[in-house]
Amino acid sequence: MAESTHMPGHGHGSGTHAGDEHNRRDFLYLAAGATGAVGAACAAWPFISSMNPAADTLALASIEVDLTPIQVGQAITVTWRGKPVFIRRRSEEEITAAKNVNMAELVDPQADEARATKPEWLVLVGVCTHLGCVPLGQKSTDNRGEFGGWFCPCHGSHYDTSGRIRKGPAPTNLAVPEYAFLTDTSIRIG
Amino acid sequence: MAHGPTSTFKNPVVNWVDQRLPVFTMIQKEYGTFPTPRNFNYFWNFGAIAMVVLVVMILTGIFLAMHYTAHTSMAFASVERIMRDVNFGWLIRYIHMNGASMFFIAVYIHIFRGLYYGSYKKPRELLWILGVVIFLLMMATAFMGYVLPWGQMSFWGATVITNLFSAIPVVGGDIVTLLWGGFSVDNPTLNRFFALHYLLPFVIFAVVFLHVAALHVTGSNNPLGIEPKGPQDTVPFHPYYTVKDSFGITLFLIFWAAFVFFAPNFLGHPDNYIPANPLVTPAHIVPEWYFLPFYAILRAVTFNIGIPFTDIVLIEAKLGGVLLMFGAIAILFVLPWLDTSPVRSARFRPIYRIWIWVFVAAFAMLMYAGGKPAEQPYIAIGQLGTVLYFAFFLALPFIGWIEKPRPLPASISKPVLGGGPLASGVTAKPMEKA
Repeated sequence: MAESTHMPGHGHGSGTHAGDEHNRRDFLYLAAGATGAVGAACAAWPFISSMNPAADTLALASIEVDLTPIQVGQAITVTWRGKPVFIRRRSEEEITAAKNVNMAELVDPQADEARATKPEWLVLVGVCTHLGCVPLGQKSTDNRGEFGGWFCPCHGSHYDTSGRIRKGPAPTNLAVPEYAFLTDTSIRIG
Repeated sequence: MAHGPTSTFKNPVVNWVDQRLPVFTMIQKEYGTFPTPRNFNYFWNFGAIAMVVLVVMILTGIFLAMHYTAHTSMAFASVERIMRDVNFGWLIRYIHMNGASMFFIAVYIHIFRGLYYGSYKKPRELLWILGVVIFLLMMATAFMGYVLPWGQMSFWGATVITNLFSAIPVVGGDIVTLLWGGFSVDNPTLNRFFALHYLLPFVIFAVVFLHVAALHVTGSNNPLGIEPKGPQDTVPFHPYYTVKDSFGITLFLIFWAAFVFFAPNFLGHPDNYIPANPLVTPAHIVPEWYFLPFYAILRAVTFNIGIPFTDIVLIEAKLGGVLLMFGAIAILFVLPWLDTSPVRSARFRPIYRIWIWVFVAAFAMLMYAGGKPAEQPYIAIGQLGTVLYFAFFLALPFIGWIEKPRPLPASISKPVLGGGPLASGVTAKPMEKA
């Protein structure tokens, strides 16, 4: 083995090397231990990996949504990766309200332009960033909170018409999922 | 466990724990300094190998259960999803599937070792009985596991085996209904089989613990079948047998991996990749290879047993087959008392040494016949194998009485080291008797 050429004076009379000097046996222990650790990690890998999303789960990870039936002021909820996604066709007043916010007032400052590629369409993951409840505000009869967007009934977080957190315990704005317009009236989420 | 004095360890944390719960003292006593006969051959690896297989089976099984659905309409598809979509699902399932076969290979060799070297004899009778209990639990677990993928062999295997109980006079039909939870093998059956298939390995683990605990009371048998007479006859378990077992385990894992990666379905049956169909029985139902000998014994009784020259039937063929099949395992429980010879190892038993190959031949014949259709000449081969199988056990008392054993060596170390009881290591004059 390689180490024998590097340590010609060690090994055989290991009794004479008592104390804290390193010898060939230390090397063997370390090498065997390292090999064992790498082997254990390699063996654990498939098992841990098997708990991650399977191929069929990933295949269902993006959806297409037809926007044609949604009227101005209406909102729909679709399911994406097991979570609700809010799609709201905003009115002019809602867009104006969202754009005319003083950034300094925001908990998680973000311009409305950065959150809606087309101002009329707002697409959000409908999960409160506090502890995961689904906020109210999809129906016009819902309590939409003090800022006219969404209101989470669990712990009282208020979101504005851009889905930004304005008041309450939630730390960040409602997330905007990855999406793209396929045509003027349909999008693919994910 | 032991309340004796505890050891002192260099690591202060280990020391602190050990004084409060002497697990490290126990590990050192049972797996470190544990005195073990110095003359083990490679047959003695198979207990440790079986233990490793059990752990791997439990581990892979838990991960498979995370993806499996125990419902007649979804079970087959969920297994195929494991094979195609779950990350490394094919690997985990093939390890588990072939692991069942590996478990039986290891345990059959382990049992043969016990038979050949007389490991079941006093004072190790209970150790042997616990082993037979493990074997029975394994068979039940393997059978129920084979049902879970809900293929054709799963379904019809479950149907045939559960129907065995219908042979019991009077209450047989009610027992079968109870096993099924319905009027045929169906969703309730699949659900309970899954529940039990998950439970039983942990029961096996508990009995293995008792098996090993009993082993550490009597100490291991060895190829000479004589007890160690002192320290010169033993070596500490660590590092001698930890290393030897690790080596054997490594070779066995390579053997197992060869199946997993190069012939994963070699030991299985292609019909089990056809979804279960309660209306169509496959042309030729066979159990997994490890059940074939017992299946052959089941089929060997093709005639009713009654009072000669009358029409009175005492035992119908069906019941006779079932009784013989269970008897083939039950007889193992009384083996320690059937064998009347005081000598353990076949090395010193001139008749038994040959006679044990009758058992091996019977087992091989039965395995062959069990895999063939129920027609001649296979029925005759199965019947001959059945007669030889039971003859092996029933002749043991007589062999013990008439056999003249060869002289036993004075000690384990003497034939090797040449020295008397004072020889204390490999340095002791190896050339003296050469």
